[in-house]
Amino acid sequence: MDVMPKWAEVILVPLISLLLAAILSALVILAIGEDPVAAVKLMVSGALGSTYGWGYTLYYATNFMFTGLAVAVAFHAGLFNIGGEGQAMLGGLGVALVCLFIPWPHWTIAVLAAIIGSALFGALWAAIPAYLQAKRGSHIVITTIMFNFIAAAVLNYMLVNILRPAGSMDPATARFPEAVHLPSLHDLLAPFGIAFSKAAPANVSLVVAMIACVLVWLLIWRTPLGLEIRSYGKSQRAARYAGIGSVRITMIAMLISGALAGMMAINNVMGEAERLVLNAVEGAGFIGIAVALMGRSHPVGVFLAAILFGFLYQGGAELALWTSIPRELIVVIQALVILFTGALDNMVRMPLERIFLALRRTSKSKSTPAE
Amino acid sequence: MTMTAPANAPAIELKGISKAFGPVQANKDISIRVMPGTIHGIIGENGAGKSTLMSILYGFYKADAGEILISGQKTEIPDSQAAIAAGIGMVFQHFKLVENFTVLENIILGAEDGGLLKPSLSKARKTLLQLEQEYDLKVDPDAVIEEIGVGMQQRVEILKALYRQANILILDEPTGVLTPSEADQLFRILGRLKDEGKTIILITHKLREIMDITDTVSVMRRGEMTATVKTSETSPEQLAELMVGRKVLLRVDKVPATPGDVVLDVKDLRVVDDQKVERLRGIDLQVRAGEILGIAGVAGNGQSELLEVLGGYADGTGTITLNGQPIELTGAQSDGRSRRARGIAHVPEDRQREGLIMDFTAWENTAFGYHRDAAYQSGMLSNNAAIKAETQAKMDRFDVRPPHPHLAAKNFSGGNQQKIVLAREIERNPDLLLIGQPTRGVDIGAIEFIHQQIVALRDQGKAILLVSVELEEILSLADRVAVMFDGRIMGERMPGQTDEKELGLLMAGVSGDA
Repeated sequence: MDVMPKWAEVILVPLISLLLAAILSALVILAIGEDPVAAVKLMVSGALGSTYGWGYTLYYATNFMFTGLAVAVAFHAGLFNIGGEGQAMLGGLGVALVCLFIPWPHWTIAVLAAIIGSALFGALWAAIPAYLQAKRGSHIVITTIMFNFIAAAVLNYMLVNILRPAGSMDPATARFPEAVHLPSLHDLLAPFGIAFSKAAPANVSLVVAMIACVLVWLLIWRTPLGLEIRSYGKSQRAARYAGIGSVRITMIAMLISGALAGMMAINNVMGEAERLVLNAVEGAGFIGIAVALMGRSHPVGVFLAAILFGFLYQGGAELALWTSIPRELIVVIQALVILFTGALDNMVRMPLERIFLALRRTSKSKSTPAE
Repeated sequence: MTMTAPANAPAIELKGISKAFGPVQANKDISIRVMPGTIHGIIGENGAGKSTLMSILYGFYKADAGEILISGQKTEIPDSQAAIAAGIGMVFQHFKLVENFTVLENIILGAEDGGLLKPSLSKARKTLLQLEQEYDLKVDPDAVIEEIGVGMQQRVEILKALYRQANILILDEPTGVLTPSEADQLFRILGRLKDEGKTIILITHKLREIMDITDTVSVMRRGEMTATVKTSETSPEQLAELMVGRKVLLRVDKVPATPGDVVLDVKDLRVVDDQKVERLRGIDLQVRAGEILGIAGVAGNGQSELLEVLGGYADGTGTITLNGQPIELTGAQSDGRSRRARGIAHVPEDRQREGLIMDFTAWENTAFGYHRDAAYQSGMLSNNAAIKAETQAKMDRFDVRPPHPHLAAKNFSGGNQQKIVLAREIERNPDLLLIGQPTRGVDIGAIEFIHQQIVALRDQGKAILLVSVELEEILSLADRVAVMFDGRIMGERMPGQTDEKELGLLMAGVSGDA
């Protein structure tokens, strides 16, 4: 039998990890002579205290949902896709091409086309490492991280030499036409009489990301393909026995993963910047790894973890703005959260399992006093 | 020096040993006394706690309660160094040898006397020679481990223990990897050691070995010592009953086979592995409807490759036909799924790594391999409700305990895991069932049930190819026995007209028929 009840496994472990990360962060803030309580207050009010704060938190969270789902799907197949960064960059290129070169009558059609464009480019970028892994055994961790650098170079070339409007000094595309501007949460919620900050970048992509969460959940747990992906991830020998092809699963899982990472571009490129700039992804591809780890590769977990990291991003930005806490320290806090929720999982789990065992044994010895 | 041990003190005595792993009580109040110069057997099913008890004795685990007395002296054994110092030697089921070292190097490993190897090696060479003469244990001290046979490697393990002056030798399932004749040699060596005054503890699940060479035997069940008896005063039936807790049928109850048409016809089947080693060197065999063909042989002689290529997940050359229709041996039409579509079901040798996914629930495992069946789909999604209902029904029919489809496979015992696989494969009504090591790691109670299911399938007119390294199992189940050695079939025999000795020779590569 499993040692811990499911609720402890899913809720208690990450919560305690998070608490430990928070305590350690507080100590670090104390050590540099700032007040941790004030810092937390500032983070909470900055990220969650206004619709403006929420707008940013959810905007970041949308990015992390896409990249987190991307990592999670590959994880289920036992593949560690750390190329989300590059796949999201290429997704941006896909979105830019779709938005700039095709005259769209309305954003609703444009967003569908942009989803396809970004997913296609992201998937193609993941396809090459996937093929090398499936056919030649080149390790996917190495190839995907190398492809991040290649993606950056490709984007640089495209922006500087091809997509840059004539006369512009900025390595970025022209602004997308008015028709493809995505409605922000302000626009979406206004008809319902909900006032939402006009300046915040959260937009309709959040809805797309939430739909993606549901679809990924259906795919992984409710389809035969999902069973095959999970089987392959758990035991390649068992998958071979069942006739589940390793090349097929590696390719499919990575294509889906790359497509999800690429789709992040509809949020940051189409929804926020409304043009493609050089450093559009801003590390969201890597945060996706932490989000997937913390969310245990489950779409609900990914959704919650993405919001947490969105909070950390926005709260951190507020800290950097209003206190003398340096920006680097925000990164330290984020790193602590990743460390405790991802890497040091067993540090919390083991003692907790022991506590549950002890509890179970005492309740058992009460019923059988013969012990 | 007046404190010498009393003359009739047991060589080793355990008093009230208990050990729990979490909620599992692996050993509960175990007490045994083993007199010097005897062979004591410990028998019990998988998970009965035998290995835990021996690990406590060898210092791998610390007992929660109880004490250990060596020659009447209370002894603490916190680690294996202490066990060696107390004169205990252990021969593990999986040998702990460095493959590319020589015999001599392996023997001194961990028992070197100083910074330079040379003096240790020459001292060991001398000692080895003495031991060889004393116990009739011949090995070449300069042979490299990976180049000598399994039986020889086991002798090196025994010599390692003796070199460390062990008086008490514990052997854990020592015959699992040996041919019958190698096992006989081992038993002769153990007899010799006993005559020289060594005390031997033999852990096994094979009743025959217990009856053959032990003086006394202890039976373990669910962590408890249920009985300790003199071997001469017991019988295999009684021991089996003590192990399982109820009467068991040791012989398989079956009527003679009535073979029909040839279902599986294999001609000149060859398989080359990744290292370019030819694992199957031209196999010819036939299995008819309504018969069980048993493949006997020592593990690693190509049986696994035979199952893999028939099951569709290794490439091969040659011709295979099923009911007269050819079967692809390479390419896209040669995988597990297309084999299943052709009516070949497969219970793989390694159920924990191939037949099941241990983290998956029982219902997911029940669909596994057949998960694309129309009955399991509704639209684009899996019809999980249908799969669960079917799993529940299968669990009831196959008496899987506990009958909970939502439980992960890893939470079932070996026997119940095997029942889940068997239910999945048998109830597909296949023309041919491939089944490897059907009762490995399965408790005696479940063995009986599994054997009955296999025979019942045969009686329905299905063809069954059975691979097992347990000769007893082959002899009692199969209607025809083929012996494999080094990727070839050495010969075929009828179970009623052969014995373990003849099969043992074939298993060792001594051909009966040219």
